[in-house]
Amino acid sequence: MSYAQGIDYAAIAPPVVVAVGAAGTLLLDLATPRARRLLPVLAIGTFLAAFAALALSVAADSRRGTFCTGTRCSYAVDDFTIFLQAFFCLVGVVIVLLCASTVEQDRMPAGEFFFLLLTSFAGMLTLAGARDLLVLLLALEVVTLPALVLVGLRRADPRASEAALKFFLISVMSTAITVYGMSLLYGVTGGLQLGAISAGLARGPNSPVAAAAVLLVVAGFAFKVAAVPFHGWAPDTYQGASVPVAAYLSVASKAAGFAGLILVLDACAAYAGSWRPVLAVLAAATMTVGNLAALRQQHVIRLLAWSSIAQAGYILLPLAVPDAGPALAYLGAYAVMNLGAFGCAAAVAARRPRSAVADYRGLFSDSPLLALALAFFLTCLAGLPPGLIGLIAKVVVFRSAVTGNLVWLAVVMAVNTVVALYYYVRLAAVLFEPAAGTQRLTVPAPVAAAVAMAAAAAVALGFWPQALLGVVPGLG
Amino acid sequence: MSTLLIAIPLAGCLLVALAPERLARALGVAVTGVLLVLALVMVARYRLGGGIQYETDVAWIPGVDARFHLGVDGISLPLVVLTALLSFLCAVYTLHALPEPGRPRAFTSLLLALEVGMLGTFLALDLLLFFVFFEVVLIPMYFLIGTWGGGNRRYASTKFILYTLLGSAVMLLGLLGIYAATGTLDMVALSADHGAGISRGVQILCFLALFVGFGVKAPMWPLHTWLPDAHTEAPTVGSVLLAGVLLKMGTYGLVRIGLPILPGGALVLAPALGVLAVIGICYGALCCLAQRDLKRLVAYSSVGHMGFVLLGIATLTPIGVNAALFANLAHGVITGLLFFLAGSIKERYGTADLDVLGGGLATKFPALGGLLAFAAIASLGLPGLAGFWGEMLAMLGAYRPAADLNRPLFVTLMVLAGIGTVLAAAYFLVLLRRLNAGAVAPRWRDIAYADLGALELAIAALLLVLTLALGLYPRLVLGITDPAVRAVFG
Repeated sequence: MSYAQGIDYAAIAPPVVVAVGAAGTLLLDLATPRARRLLPVLAIGTFLAAFAALALSVAADSRRGTFCTGTRCSYAVDDFTIFLQAFFCLVGVVIVLLCASTVEQDRMPAGEFFFLLLTSFAGMLTLAGARDLLVLLLALEVVTLPALVLVGLRRADPRASEAALKFFLISVMSTAITVYGMSLLYGVTGGLQLGAISAGLARGPNSPVAAAAVLLVVAGFAFKVAAVPFHGWAPDTYQGASVPVAAYLSVASKAAGFAGLILVLDACAAYAGSWRPVLAVLAAATMTVGNLAALRQQHVIRLLAWSSIAQAGYILLPLAVPDAGPALAYLGAYAVMNLGAFGCAAAVAARRPRSAVADYRGLFSDSPLLALALAFFLTCLAGLPPGLIGLIAKVVVFRSAVTGNLVWLAVVMAVNTVVALYYYVRLAAVLFEPAAGTQRLTVPAPVAAAVAMAAAAAVALGFWPQALLGVVPGLG
Repeated sequence: MSTLLIAIPLAGCLLVALAPERLARALGVAVTGVLLVLALVMVARYRLGGGIQYETDVAWIPGVDARFHLGVDGISLPLVVLTALLSFLCAVYTLHALPEPGRPRAFTSLLLALEVGMLGTFLALDLLLFFVFFEVVLIPMYFLIGTWGGGNRRYASTKFILYTLLGSAVMLLGLLGIYAATGTLDMVALSADHGAGISRGVQILCFLALFVGFGVKAPMWPLHTWLPDAHTEAPTVGSVLLAGVLLKMGTYGLVRIGLPILPGGALVLAPALGVLAVIGICYGALCCLAQRDLKRLVAYSSVGHMGFVLLGIATLTPIGVNAALFANLAHGVITGLLFFLAGSIKERYGTADLDVLGGGLATKFPALGGLLAFAAIASLGLPGLAGFWGEMLAMLGAYRPAADLNRPLFVTLMVLAGIGTVLAAAYFLVLLRRLNAGAVAPRWRDIAYADLGALELAIAALLLVLTLALGLYPRLVLGITDPAVRAVFG
């Protein structure tokens, strides 16, 4: 047996391209500090290049694997990987656009900022293809560690440091729990590759250690996706971080957590009996607590933070069925509408950094298009027309709950949709209230571009949802 | 053909939004005119008793089996025509008068967006599609009230959207419940099954959700409180469409979805529906007696009229449901006329406050006063005019409700509804005495306004002719609705 393997570079091209891009931004910043304005362009170019690399490699061969032993590979390119890598590349572009002006305005070190951001995305792209506990863990750490620094980069603001510290402690703890669970899994099955673990669990007698291991891993990921009761860090961290970074945490970093969770749960399918009820309860608690807490928020970023906790509950729901397809579909829709909502919040925060609900009063007269866009994204999140994409995504999740015999969970979800309506519509109504005085609000061009992209995507997917549902793996 | 009814206003909406301001209103008239012609062609080529016609059925979201399924039958066809007619008249009316702050382009494109939602609601044969169109209506109406409304428009528009959104969310629960129980969104298949495969408990819960959801829209007492504010503050065109079409969407939903798909739930909740309907009739009439604002009075009279529609539905008999559909139509035509006239009065006097207006309307503006008298008398249900048949048949239905319903209760309801009609006669006659009769108040002697202009007269005349036609020849509508209603009860 030879340990000198060939590496399928085409398979790992997307994460590698992003990693190289990350190094490139750092070097460019060091070499010519004047080139600072080019950094966002370079970052976007990196994502587009990674996307192109993905497309080229898939066009040549849509199923690849590398670092294999026998038939099992530690890194694989399949429908799941392709969907998520494409997803992360597109999300990356929008996040960079959102960050571009904030980095300048808050005097954050641009080279470091974009280096960290791209590194984190390199981790996400790796995670999408990881089929091995070690690769998964490494990828997850590459996602999280830069995120900690990104949260704390607003050095002028003491709240940012507090947010970063809180986020750091929670992350370390959740990683520790995940690693502990993973080590138990390794101990029980003797394998690290997910395929080997899956086979090992299916073969062996039902062992309580394995069940505990699965639950520990689930708990670890529940921290990452801010599921109740492991959600406490999210509102404080989102509020303390700059708004674009909060957008990144609530969409990209959360999606990475879900990707990992789906992979591990799939490997532990033999123990579905023990983790299904846990996930169902987690989903119900997450959507309910998130929505109830959001009802009384007076700070827009905190409101959006609680809203994204609740939305994570909807994504968790199909995983309890278990049925990953609807979860990924909802994740895709959620990314579009949540990026849009955070994008609008970022546009407002660029001029009115307090971000209280009162700062949004009369936004319609200050900037009609921005107010209309935000109202639209809020109806998307609420799941009501004209926010069609949100409605359709909710119906997809609802259907999976019903067909999966989780009718009680479907009822909980439906009631939650009604509760959530209150705070989304209340915020939307504030936008159209008369303000004390009209002050034109100019939106930085990159942020406007990001919001426009999200709005276009949300409208298009509303009319033609099949564009999303048709490419989600595991959805009929 | 059904698709055209959606595509044309949608395209028109976008076209108007891009057109120059001065062309916007003419374009609006053209688009709504084409739609009206199309709707009339549909009527002309409609085969009586031929089930669902002009069908379009293509895949929309295969993932959840949602289809883009449109079509009309005897239940929806009259409402489609009513919608096309009132929208056209509203577009014509904007040629005559556009309230502050002007902006004809925005106004007209919102009007067309509204028409997309209204027509779509009556055409949709897929639960999800129905819900989408049902909701599409809210946003344009919100902006019509909130931007072009009267002094208290912000409050009224916010109240309108909060109430109706909440109602819609509850309605969505009911629709999802049906979907969960049957696994399909196809309204045609669901209606043909008449609730087979949905357990009684689920039927009751789902019907309750629809009851509340559609009840907000209808509006059913005690969920009606958004309506007087919205009607009073809305611009004339908004009031006409709100009363003439939007309220019908609620009762239409009950007939289209509630009765055929959830017959078990309907049977249990029909008595409650009947009681609330009759409370609405009497409450609406009593409120009318106490009103000082003309538009508010017409709004409260709508609560009463829609009470008759709901009572007809609650009887669960073909005659009652036919009555409901007829009353829907009659109310749309008559109240549309009343709101157009109220708009003309407000335009001339600058107020709709009855105390400020004083008397002598018929002396000062004979045409306006005469038409108002006609509309008021039609609205109070004089035999021979449109308002009569719906209310009479609804009470007749209540006299002989469906076999499984409590007959003494419904007979009592019928008697109370009869008292309601007397009260309605009272308040309209009081209104006419206060407004039409008497001498012109001194402060109005010198206002320079002329009587109704040609456009206003044409609109009013058309609605007047329709009121007469429906009143003298009710088979015009009942002949179309009856076969479809019988299919509802299978």
